[in-house]
Order: sequence, then C-alpha cells, then structure tokens
Amino acid sequence: MVREFTLGPATREAYGATLVELGKTNPNVVVVDADLSKSTYTAKFGKEFPDRFFNVGIAEANMVGIAGGLAHSGKIPFCSSFACFLVNKGYDQLRIAVAYPRENVKVVSSHGGISIGEDGPSQQSIEDVALMCTLPGFVVCVPADEAQAKDLVRRAAAHQGPVYLRTGRPKVAKVYDGGEFPFGKMRQLEEGTDLTIVANGLMVAEALKAHDALKEEGITARVLDGYCVKPLDAEAVTRASLETGAFVVAEEHSRFGGLGSVVAQCLAQHAPAPIEQVCVEDTYAESGSPQQLLEKYGLTWTHIVTAAKRVVQRKGGPTRREPPAGAADKATESEPHPFEV
Amino acid sequence: MSLTIDELKAKALQIRRDAIGMIAAAGSGHPGGSLSEADLLAALWFRVMKHDPKNPQWAGRDRFILSKGHGCPSLYSAMAHAGYFDPAILPTLRKLGSPLQGHPDRRFIPALEASTGSLGNGLSIGIGIAHALKLDRSDARVWVMLGDGECQEGQVWEASMYAGAHRMENLTAIVDYNKKQLDDMVKHILPLDPLGGKFAAMNWHVLEIDGHNMAMVVEALEESRKVKGRPVAVIAHTITGKGVSFMENDPKWHGVAPTKEEATRALAELGV
Repeated sequence: MVREFTLGPATREAYGATLVELGKTNPNVVVVDADLSKSTYTAKFGKEFPDRFFNVGIAEANMVGIAGGLAHSGKIPFCSSFACFLVNKGYDQLRIAVAYPRENVKVVSSHGGISIGEDGPSQQSIEDVALMCTLPGFVVCVPADEAQAKDLVRRAAAHQGPVYLRTGRPKVAKVYDGGEFPFGKMRQLEEGTDLTIVANGLMVAEALKAHDALKEEGITARVLDGYCVKPLDAEAVTRASLETGAFVVAEEHSRFGGLGSVVAQCLAQHAPAPIEQVCVEDTYAESGSPQQLLEKYGLTWTHIVTAAKRVVQRKGGPTRREPPAGAADKATESEPHPFEV
Repeated sequence: MSLTIDELKAKALQIRRDAIGMIAAAGSGHPGGSLSEADLLAALWFRVMKHDPKNPQWAGRDRFILSKGHGCPSLYSAMAHAGYFDPAILPTLRKLGSPLQGHPDRRFIPALEASTGSLGNGLSIGIGIAHALKLDRSDARVWVMLGDGECQEGQVWEASMYAGAHRMENLTAIVDYNKKQLDDMVKHILPLDPLGGKFAAMNWHVLEIDGHNMAMVVEALEESRKVKGRPVAVIAHTITGKGVSFMENDPKWHGVAPTKEEATRALAELGV
C-alpha cells in the first residue's frame, strides 16, 4: 500500500499568507504584480499594505524593471505573476534589471507546471526553471507544500540577492509539518540503497508513494526532496550516487534544463550513474483536469515506479538505452522525440 | 555645481572631444548618439542634478539612468569631470579590466544607477526608484535618458503609461531625439511622430526643445522639477554626430568608430 496524504493549501496560498506576515515585520518589503494578484495571492498584501503594493497592469516587462528599481533603492520587492508570463515576458528585464546588477529582487511565480489544468498550454509553464537557472546569481527553488513554501518565502526575504520561487495552482499534499529548508540543500525523506529518487514540487509526494510501492517489491529507494535546484546540493547527489548507484529525477517541468538536467550534470561530473527522468517530454500539454494531465503526461507515482525499475536494471549494465517503448506516443507526431534529436 | 551657460557649453565640448578620443582608442562604439546627447549631459551633471561626487551614495541625490546605454562614452566623460573618477582612465573604455564597460555596468561603477544596454529597460527601473524615493519621503528626482530608436521598444510605452497614470511627479524622461538609428533614419524604419503627443496622451507634461541650445536645455530641465502631479518628458531635438561635420545627420556613424585619421579630423573640428 502506498501512503496517503492530507490535502493542504496550494503553495501560492502559502506565499500570499507569508507575504502578509513579512509585511508586518519588515517595512522594506514591497510587492509588484501584473493584474493577477487574486491568483498569485499577493492581493492580501495589497489590501493590508496598499502603499507598498504596486499593481502595474498587464505589463510584465515593466513590472520586473520596476522591481529592479525598487530593490536598487533598498526595498525588498516580491514580484509575482503566472510563471509563464513572469519569466517568459519579463526575461530580458530579469536579466538586465535584476540578475546582471544582482538586485535584491524576489521573483515568485504561481501556476508553475501543467497542473494548472484547464486553461491549457499557453498558461502552463514547463520552461521557467531552466530559464531562471541560466541567470547568473539567482537562487532557484520549487517548494512541495505549504510548510516548505512558507519557509522558502521567509528565507528569500532574508537572503541578500535574487531568488526565484515557483509556486503552483492546485491544492497539494501536505508533506511537511514545518521545518527548515536552507538554500543549496536537499532534504532526505526516505533511506534506501537500490536507487535514489530526487523530486521537487508536487512530485515529492508522488516520489514518497513510489517509494512505498517499490518497497513492497523489495526495492528500497532513497528519496531526496530537491527543492533547491540552484545552487544544487552536489554533496547529497554525489553521496547518493556512491551509495545507491541509480537515479530517477521527477519534476513538473520540461526534460530540458530543470532538476533532471542539473542532477545529470552533477552526476556526470562527480559520480556517474544511470538516470531516468520523469518529467514533461519535449511537448506542450493540453486542457484537462490537473489529475488527468499529470497522468497523461507521465507525472504520477506509477510513472516513477516504472522508471525506477528500469534504472535499477541498468545499474552495472550499459548506461545507454533505447527509447522506452511507447514513449514517442507522449509527443505529438509532428515533434521529434527527445531521443531522436 | 552650478555653471553658467558658457561654462556648460565648454563642458559639452570637452565631453564631445573625450567621446571621440575614447571611441577611436577603443576601436568600437557609438559616436553618433554620444555626440547628440552631450549638451543634455553637460546641463544635467554640471548644473541641474543634485549630486555629490564625494558621496556618490548620498541618499538625497538625484538619480540618473542612461537607458540608451550605448551613449556611455559621453556619460563617463561627464562623470569623470564631475569628480566620480579620474579622467585619465577615459582612454581605457571597452578594454579588459576597465570599469568603463562597453555599456554602463553598475558592478564596476556603483555610481551608475542602472546597468543598461538592452534598450527599453531604463524607464521601468527609474519608476521603481521613483516609487522607492516617494516611500522614503525623499524629494530627489529621477532622470532617465532615452534614445529615439529605443522608443520603438514596447516596454517604453508600458512604463510611460504607468508613470503617467500614477502621476509620478519626481520623474523626468529625456529623449535624445537625433532621428537616426543603426540601420537608417528613424522615419524610414519605424516613425515615432508625434513623439511628444504620445507622451502627452499618457498624461505626461511634455517640453519640446532644441537639445543643442544650452540655455533652452537648462531652462527645460529646471522647469521639469517644478511640474506637479505629472511626470515630465523632455523631447530634445538633436543632431546625430553633432559637432563633427562629416558625422552629422549620417546614420552610418551610429555604431562605427572613427579611424585614427578620421578621429584627428573630428578632434580638429572640436578645437583640439
């Protein structure tokens, strides 16, 4: 039997609540949003502290530039919108007005991943983590649940330098009761020796369920919460490689440039081991309920179990493998499967 | 610093000489826009702006952002002669290890209020600074200099709409309207006129001036301080390459450095 979780608030709700808390204790905390404050949950801050809340309208580029200017003048701006709009539309400004001058801006997106559901691919962000990781100096984190999101938001405010946090739309499993989640670290949730599952965001709960299912089949999986994608906890990854020798990395993000990529890069450099990714393949998703989409696009604990069995088989064997059977079905026909490019 | 009109003209000439020398020594850069903005920079740094070179981080200082970052040779010259750094380093422009980067870079010169070079960014950053100054009850002013070609960037109009709607009275945008961009005349690429009308429609107080008439420049910039309830757009009509006959009004000189021989001729025209 796999464990069951209580459903807790969405990580975006945790963000909104923590912002209000920060606003009360730190007069330098200010918020900029681009007409999505009811969805990003910054509206609560706006109601409590109207003079420190700037709703710029539907103009993400201007919003990020304003955040850079506010930070330049000693404020601690939290800058929010949907992940796809904030990062993609504001990218030049994230680069020029924030990352390059190393301004103290906290970029907190909501609606990361495909689990936003019915609104469809134009609103679903599968590229943001990769884009943010390439900006020098940014800390990049993907919280799994309410407690972790709250800690990371507080930590972002206390940190000197740019931070990106990706929150999500749906209510998510409560993984933690509380705790400390320092940047640059991973949290080990289960011990195991046959393989290591690294996951973040809503895939952490799925990783724990997969751990339980694998245990029933005699496979023990170490589970690491990779909530901080950058800087990566290379020490935890290397140790896991030496002690378990195989990896599954699970994330609600494109195969390219997210947690899977940075873990693979770390392994290749420090302690090579076979790795499988459970992620969004090289395709956009579609409309549907969050659960339907997570199942169709391969982001559930059963997908992690399948990948885990595959990677355990590869241990000690050839590290190159054929494309998984049926994997090409996930991509639309016009797009090449990642193993073919 | 509060120089007379004649003294400001001399500063502008010095800025032009430095810019030509620096760009020629670097072998690359943007002479056209560096020359067109020189009078505006002289007026700002030697008369209009409140600032203290001995205390570059003074909280009460006016903030200046060169959003058209490619015009930085003239800015570096103005700041050097104002006392922010030794004019002797001006010839190191664009050289490895020099603080005088090819486009303004705060990491090397903290007195620069923004790192720019990707066009369209400066006005939004200026708005953020202007908001922060109001929150801190400062009466300091934010000055953002834009290029005319830069005004083709959508972000400029996001920012312009925002500043007008929010009645940001502590903000002045100065457009160095030299009518040239890299590929051709602005009017042949994407016309901007009526440029003042666009800002006015977004609730800005608009002043249109001859950007090479020093008395007019000073008057407009000083007037902009007194405007209440609205941001101020100073549309400064200028001439690309101003002061060097063979560079004037020729878009070719937007982003090409003069050869040694051309630089000598240019400097001779500038009285060197």
